[in-house]
Amino acid sequence: MKISLLLTCTADVLYPASARACVRVFEALGVEVIFPRLQTCCGQPWLNTGRPDGARRLALHFLEVFEDAENVVAISSSCADTVRNHYAELFPDSVLLRERFQEVAGRTYEFCEFLHRVLGVKNMPSHPHPVRTTYHSSCRTLRGIGLRGVAEEYLGQMLGADFVPLAENETCCGFGGSFSVKLPEVSGRLLEDKLQNITATGASLVASLDLSCLTHLSTGAERLKLNGIRFLHLAELMAGALA
Amino acid sequence: MNASHNFRKTSAAAVADEVLGAAVGKTANILFSLRGAAVAGYPGFEELRDWGRSRKMEVSGDLGPYARRFADRLEAAGGHAHFARDGREAVEIIKAIAGRVGAASAVKSKSMTAEEISCNEGLAHAGVTVTETDLGEFIIQLAGEKPSHIVAPAIHKDRAQVAELFHEALGSAPGLDVGDLVRVARKALREQFLSADIGITGANFAVAQTGTIAIVTNEGNGRLTSALPSVQIVVAGIDKMIPELSDLPGFLTLLTRSATGQVISSYVTMITGPRRQGEEDGPKELHVVLLDNGRSALASGRFREMLHCLHCGACLNSCPVYRAVGGHAYESVYPGPMGDVLSPLLWGMDAYPDLPDACTLCGRCAEVCPMRIPLPEYHRKLRVLRAGLKGEAAGWRAQAWASMAENPLLYRAGVGAVRRVLSHVRGLPAKMNGGLPGAWTLCRELPHPQEGPDFRSWWEKRQKGPSGKPE
Repeated sequence: MKISLLLTCTADVLYPASARACVRVFEALGVEVIFPRLQTCCGQPWLNTGRPDGARRLALHFLEVFEDAENVVAISSSCADTVRNHYAELFPDSVLLRERFQEVAGRTYEFCEFLHRVLGVKNMPSHPHPVRTTYHSSCRTLRGIGLRGVAEEYLGQMLGADFVPLAENETCCGFGGSFSVKLPEVSGRLLEDKLQNITATGASLVASLDLSCLTHLSTGAERLKLNGIRFLHLAELMAGALA
Repeated sequence: MNASHNFRKTSAAAVADEVLGAAVGKTANILFSLRGAAVAGYPGFEELRDWGRSRKMEVSGDLGPYARRFADRLEAAGGHAHFARDGREAVEIIKAIAGRVGAASAVKSKSMTAEEISCNEGLAHAGVTVTETDLGEFIIQLAGEKPSHIVAPAIHKDRAQVAELFHEALGSAPGLDVGDLVRVARKALREQFLSADIGITGANFAVAQTGTIAIVTNEGNGRLTSALPSVQIVVAGIDKMIPELSDLPGFLTLLTRSATGQVISSYVTMITGPRRQGEEDGPKELHVVLLDNGRSALASGRFREMLHCLHCGACLNSCPVYRAVGGHAYESVYPGPMGDVLSPLLWGMDAYPDLPDACTLCGRCAEVCPMRIPLPEYHRKLRVLRAGLKGEAAGWRAQAWASMAENPLLYRAGVGAVRRVLSHVRGLPAKMNGGLPGAWTLCRELPHPQEGPDFRSWWEKRQKGPSGKPE
């Protein structure tokens, strides 16, 4: 089995360790990882700010890079969601392009989803150094990818009683891309509410499958001086458990 | 509306109001949970949503003929149908009826469509006093405010505020509990019901097949409003059509379970024509004002499914933004996700330029919308529409960034530069505080890249390494 890694620009800039962890997890599970070097950004910023021309250009670039991949696995849910649920509709006038995008969308997955749905991983070994951890579900994981309860199950297997579910876990953290800077007061309120729920779990670690949410949560926590909490991608915990 | 709406300003003020946030958050959350339980208790609900959508697709694809059919049946049943192109026409029609019958007072049950046309203000100019009879509407009318939720109009007020309001406006004892507050309102309203010349209602559904109006209420005020005064005026958007009477049970289930988690509302009032010969109750005259106000235009465009909206409020209750700011910050009859889309479409993008951005694209509204209206997608489409209107869509900035991002070499150089800056910079220089970076650091620090080399260098080194897998 081969996967082509969709690194995403967030991992490119901010989360290289999460990306390395994804590679290690796949290798531990016997999956060959391919990294297409010519990949760039999925185009989501253009898609979400009313610039479909830009989004189309990035979508076409994605197609050029990934069309022949056996499977595409994105490290962050919102990017997987963009490829899967939004590329085709950017090309209403071309049946051919829509079909090509739908075809590659059918082979594109979010990281944890791929483990669960394609590899059929049922069990994660226990983590050698468990710490109290909670999980931020992320809107795109839940409602874009349609993955509910899977990450929580893996976390329970790895961490046992050290995994603590988060209250109001289906509520947005307030990031929303351009939303975070267009309406920063509302965004900040949602962020604060989310961080309050996180603090209430007593967790020193927050895992997620969306790097944008992790960025939002960690920079908000730093502002509130919640220095004892670390934010990381689920793959980093899995890499520790599978090592 | 004269100046354009500034949602950044109104929402910032709203999130600073702790009482407001707590009151809205609490009630919206209760309604949201009730909906969840009610939907879980109805095994075929997902199929019912599909059915409802397909039924409304038939209507929105043929809006004019359905409305005319309804009007014909209504007239055949002895009622009067009035078509109004916009709010002004609708108010003129209502004022003319009030003038002809010499009305001095009216009772009104809750109607967002009547709010949309500013019906009360219009009647006040004509010398007709209108009393709102829905408890929530009654409260906000006393307070001189506007509804802040399409189903629960006084959601932004807590019990203590209502007790204070009744004490001041109605002379009731201070600090009453909920039961006593309801009794005070009931007594005040009874007198109005018995003396009013006109009853004004909205319509949850208008059945094209029979000319029947269906109204859903929980307090019985809709029934009194439509039974006691000798003249009844119904204000209904032409989008309220459903094809046949046999469609009503399905739509009622979709509406009440989504709105308040009820299997059915306490009252469902169905009205077909005025009082008939030999009957003792009901209005002698029944008028239905069928309002277009931009709806026909919606039917032929990219936002057609907005016409399927049942006004259940589930999208408001599920929306993180609505929950944080309440309804007034939207400065529109229609707040929350459905309002973000409807307000710019009905009143123009110039009036509401910010509302397409009042959405984190979290997708929760689409998950609960009984009619499966693609609300997040509509927010995206509105952003495209707005960028087009402002000439930004193909603007050089968007193009320049896209040119960089699609070029692997430039992209990698850009990523490297951003990584270097974010690795070293802790705070923003003062001159950047006004722009988007400043908006970010309002409640967040700048992000820092994780420890270690960038992924691409690591990967390349690893591919080349003697052992194949260094690190």
